[in-house]
Amino acid sequence: MARYDYQPFDCQPPPELKGGEQTCRPVIIVGAGPIGLAAAIDLALHGVACTVLDDNNVVSIGSRAICWSKRTLEIFDRLGVADRMIDKGVTWQVGRLFHRDNEVYSFDLLPEPGHKMPAFINLQQYYVEQYLVERCADFPELIDLRWKNKVTGIQQTGDGVTVNVNTPDGEYELTGEFAMACDGVRSSVRTMLGLGFEGKVFDERFLIADVEMTADFPSERWFWFEPPFHKGQSALLHKQPDNIYRIDLQLSPDADPEEEKKPENVIPRIKAMVGERPFELDWVSVYTFQCARMERFVHGRVIFAGDSAHIVSPFGARGGNGGIQDVDNLIWKLAAVLDKRAPVSLLESYNEERLRGADENILNSARATNFMTPKSDMEKLFRNEVLSLAATMPFARKLVNSGRLSLPCSLEGMPLQSGSNGAPLAAGSPCPDAPLTGGGKNSGWLLNELGGNFTLLHMGAQQRVGLDGMREITVADQQSADAFHDSQGMAAQRYGTGFSYLVRPDQHIAAAFTRPDADAVAAAHDRAMDLG
Amino acid sequence: MADDGIGADRLGPAGDAFYEQLMAAHEGLSLDQSARLNARLVLILANQVADQTLLAEAISAARDHVANRNQIQEP
Repeated sequence: MARYDYQPFDCQPPPELKGGEQTCRPVIIVGAGPIGLAAAIDLALHGVACTVLDDNNVVSIGSRAICWSKRTLEIFDRLGVADRMIDKGVTWQVGRLFHRDNEVYSFDLLPEPGHKMPAFINLQQYYVEQYLVERCADFPELIDLRWKNKVTGIQQTGDGVTVNVNTPDGEYELTGEFAMACDGVRSSVRTMLGLGFEGKVFDERFLIADVEMTADFPSERWFWFEPPFHKGQSALLHKQPDNIYRIDLQLSPDADPEEEKKPENVIPRIKAMVGERPFELDWVSVYTFQCARMERFVHGRVIFAGDSAHIVSPFGARGGNGGIQDVDNLIWKLAAVLDKRAPVSLLESYNEERLRGADENILNSARATNFMTPKSDMEKLFRNEVLSLAATMPFARKLVNSGRLSLPCSLEGMPLQSGSNGAPLAAGSPCPDAPLTGGGKNSGWLLNELGGNFTLLHMGAQQRVGLDGMREITVADQQSADAFHDSQGMAAQRYGTGFSYLVRPDQHIAAAFTRPDADAVAAAHDRAMDLG
Repeated sequence: MADDGIGADRLGPAGDAFYEQLMAAHEGLSLDQSARLNARLVLILANQVADQTLLAEAISAARDHVANRNQIQEP
């Protein structure tokens, strides 16, 4: 019962091949994975139409990206899909680390109270894609999903992009004002444009398996260095919905991926790990660790997001999460450029801000990979002594690295941000959530009141500035008709009182003020829109 | 263990960067050369720590640990 039921999506001949009118789409999205689908939904929420082209007609085969972080879930919540994901997903917060036969230590991500979203959920990529596809159906006028539409060519003009598309019904051309390449690590758009993808490929390979079994393993992340069942290597066990367990087993550099994938070779390895309990293999893959990125993510009218732009080794939950954060950063800017509310140069800030995010993810992933895969006897000695010391010494625990789990990247000090004026949250910080009441609702969350558009958030009794078109909300420590009530005091803990924050559409702080006036807020807004 | 004891975390967020630098320093060295690097590093760091009581504690903690581990491995 548990196995995912892959339902092919309906493929219609495109209107261009039925004699329909050739219309220029504002945005063409290449790739209907989590990143392309999230981008389509976010564009639709901004009222921008797009066409999504995918060469396949099913969701991801195999679980692939499974670990979704709090920040990503907050973005998914803004897109209207988080509730389903949390209902279906496995919420977890405890990780255990083992070295050989011993538990070295455990950590609890212990989400502080007062956040709508949990620290992490595990949910197979195929469910994430299914829910996103179903959410796309809420925007039939704006999102045009085309399955089995393979992009075979791409040309840029000064003010647009033309793609050649191959379908089961024939070939056609499609023009758009912008194209987003969300077509994964082997991006055909990147290849067709002749763009590089530079980085480091590690020697080690990992065998990755989805195993269906009934077991009483808790919903925890278990990571082994040199486990007794898999000599000298490392291993991960992590629970997913439907009694599917993700198992990752490190292979030596000389392992033959095709041989290792064969069930007769995989099954004994899994048995050694899970014992005699019955299990079935649901999906097996072998991957090579690599950390790489493009030099730039914006190339004229073609914008790269997700794995097409940057790839990291797993174990930090930084691949899928990094890509969703790309979408969050880009789409409001793209919508503003398309509406002519902002200059095209605003897109350069996507390039800069997400390069910072990608570099942070690559740095952390490369360090984790190096810790997991010592390259010399001395590295191995250091690694094993760190693990040994970690049993008793807190400092060594902090050095143990089985993946530094994804946290949102701060945009502090980057050009769109203005001053912080001594506020507890500096300009560039992602906005933390907090529970609120009032505003016509019995209970609510601060992040649900922010995002989508620019919002001026007043913490306390500051005068509203009354800037044209600017949404303003007030959070106060008392109930009142025109403010949200910080009933548990958590908003004040996180944002302080007596400050006003200009919040970007992606829920990052653009500027903070002690006594905001219309001119200062307008200046910060214009700077965040690159209207300077 | 007390938070201010010999094993308390003092590297904080710099831990990962330090570990990366240390591994990079060993890159391309033979085991013998690496052992020399370690010895030199211990001596230089000891001079930086300077406090004889602290150093004695550190030496003892490091040595205890090695001894305990050998006992576990060779019962």
